[in-house]
Amino acid sequence: MVGLGTWITFNVGNDPGLRDECADVMAAFFEGGGRMIDSSPMYGSSQPVVGYGLQKLGRPPALFSAEKVWTSSATAGPAQIEQSRRFWGVPKFDLVQVHNLLAWKAHLQTLLQMKAAGTVRYVGITTSEGRRHDLVEQIMRNEPIDFVQFSYNVVDRDAEARLLPLAAERGIAVIVNRPFRQGELTNRLKNKPLPEWAAELGVSSWAQLLLKFILSHPAVTVAIPATTRVDHVRENLSAAAGSMPDLATRQRISAHVKAL
Amino acid sequence: MSEWWTYRAEDFLLFSPRVYWRMFESHNAALWPLHVVTLAAGLLIILLIAWRPGVFARWIALILAVLWIFVGWSFLWNRYTTVNWAAAYIAPAFAVEGGLLLISALRDGLAFDRRGPVAWTGYLTLVFGIAGQPLLAPLQGRGWTSSEVFGIAPDPTAIATLGVLLLARGGLVPWLLPIPLLWCLLSGMTLRTMGEPQAWAPYAAVALTAAAWIWTIIRQRGSLPAA
Ligand SMILES: NC(=O)c1ccc[n+]([C@@H]2O[C@H](COP(=O)([O-])OP(=O)(O)OC[C@H]3O[C@@H](n4cnc5c(N)ncnc54)[C@H](OP(=O)(O)O)[C@@H]3O)[C@@H](O)[C@H]2O)c1
Repeated sequence: MVGLGTWITFNVGNDPGLRDECADVMAAFFEGGGRMIDSSPMYGSSQPVVGYGLQKLGRPPALFSAEKVWTSSATAGPAQIEQSRRFWGVPKFDLVQVHNLLAWKAHLQTLLQMKAAGTVRYVGITTSEGRRHDLVEQIMRNEPIDFVQFSYNVVDRDAEARLLPLAAERGIAVIVNRPFRQGELTNRLKNKPLPEWAAELGVSSWAQLLLKFILSHPAVTVAIPATTRVDHVRENLSAAAGSMPDLATRQRISAHVKAL
Repeated sequence: MSEWWTYRAEDFLLFSPRVYWRMFESHNAALWPLHVVTLAAGLLIILLIAWRPGVFARWIALILAVLWIFVGWSFLWNRYTTVNWAAAYIAPAFAVEGGLLLISALRDGLAFDRRGPVAWTGYLTLVFGIAGQPLLAPLQGRGWTSSEVFGIAPDPTAIATLGVLLLARGGLVPWLLPIPLLWCLLSGMTLRTMGEPQAWAPYAAVALTAAAWIWTIIRQRGSLPAA
């Protein structure tokens, strides 16, 4: 599955023109069968901008809302989650994750209580750029989390060693952030020709090949690229369709990109 | 935040250059034609320092006080906070600078009698803040609409203030310098992280101010006549 990230791309403040552009990206996302949108209180105005888009689109029923709690204060968690919920304008979140493991023990307790009370469907934790994988692993082993989010892409493959196998073993859904290394990969590759063998996978762009690499890992549930562009969101969604690379082809993609 | 040493400047940049410059476009459109008044105020500051510094010193501080409070409220608090939550913590610093300038005005605490290289550095910085900074937008192909104007946007206001402070003498000057210097450093870092070449402007203002102060201190230590 391909979801939609909102870090930087959706932080457009009160600018009406840019808010409408974000709503257009969301419209194309839902039209193309997208479901999960990921945001955080850390992302500036991204939350109200998502809320604006959802309202404009008549609250698409396919939405899977993925939010985060991000505060060092244990007691401020519930109020922050409620504020986020108002920004989105949803009755409740499908998923709330502890952002970057900040005050994770206290927030996880709050989230598990909310889950028991039925005010959130799933709970999770996030990290990125390979940070604190030891702690992530420990939490995945010992806590009843439903989702885990971390960075994974053709060049950052640390998660393959322990986190991805552990997620599969424990039945924890995996959200992959920074699939394009925040655009660094797509920018670096944009003037390079796609390898001929990529056509066998039915891909016509680097973005699709990079996403297919991620989505074809058996433990990955969803990758959440962020974009400001309607054509890019369509392109990204289409990576989930068609054939997926096997293990040998995955190694080939990674080796090829690293060598470029 | 734990493992803070693994974070880079990019990890704290919440917005794209596109959104950053659009913010100035919207701000300019909302406040136009106030720019004419603030630029006239800037010109007045230059003329007063050059020709009648003795009589009008307190008015110079007063003009700057009003503009710092205005920019802090209208730009940082009302606009920048919508894309950068950290701006909510910086806006009060602009009010503090405004307050300090107000105290300088009330006490008539600034004297503009500097001559020599430090004074010329001050004039250069001041003139750049007022007449040079607005040109950066068209020079970099963004068009006039996103220009940063003295008294409307924070960078030219802080840069011009550093220029004024280099031309000034008085016990309050060391109190007035840190906030514009820190703002210029922060703005330079933000622009550099966004890959914007004009990061050199606030950095240069910091470097010139620091150099001029070091020069002054060396001259004083050497008990030569101060510049
Ligand atoms: N700790 C955490 O919890 C954490 C950390 C990092 C990220 N995240 C989440 O993960 C999401 C994704 O990560 P990210 O935003 O850092 O980086 P990313 O998704 O790897 O990269 C985003 C960049 O890729 C470009 N892009 C997207 N689709 C493209 C396409 N088809 N072709 C070419 N370029 C394309 C976008 O530019 P255009 O606008 O031009 O398309 C954008 O600049 C975030 O938005 C956030 O929701 C969470």
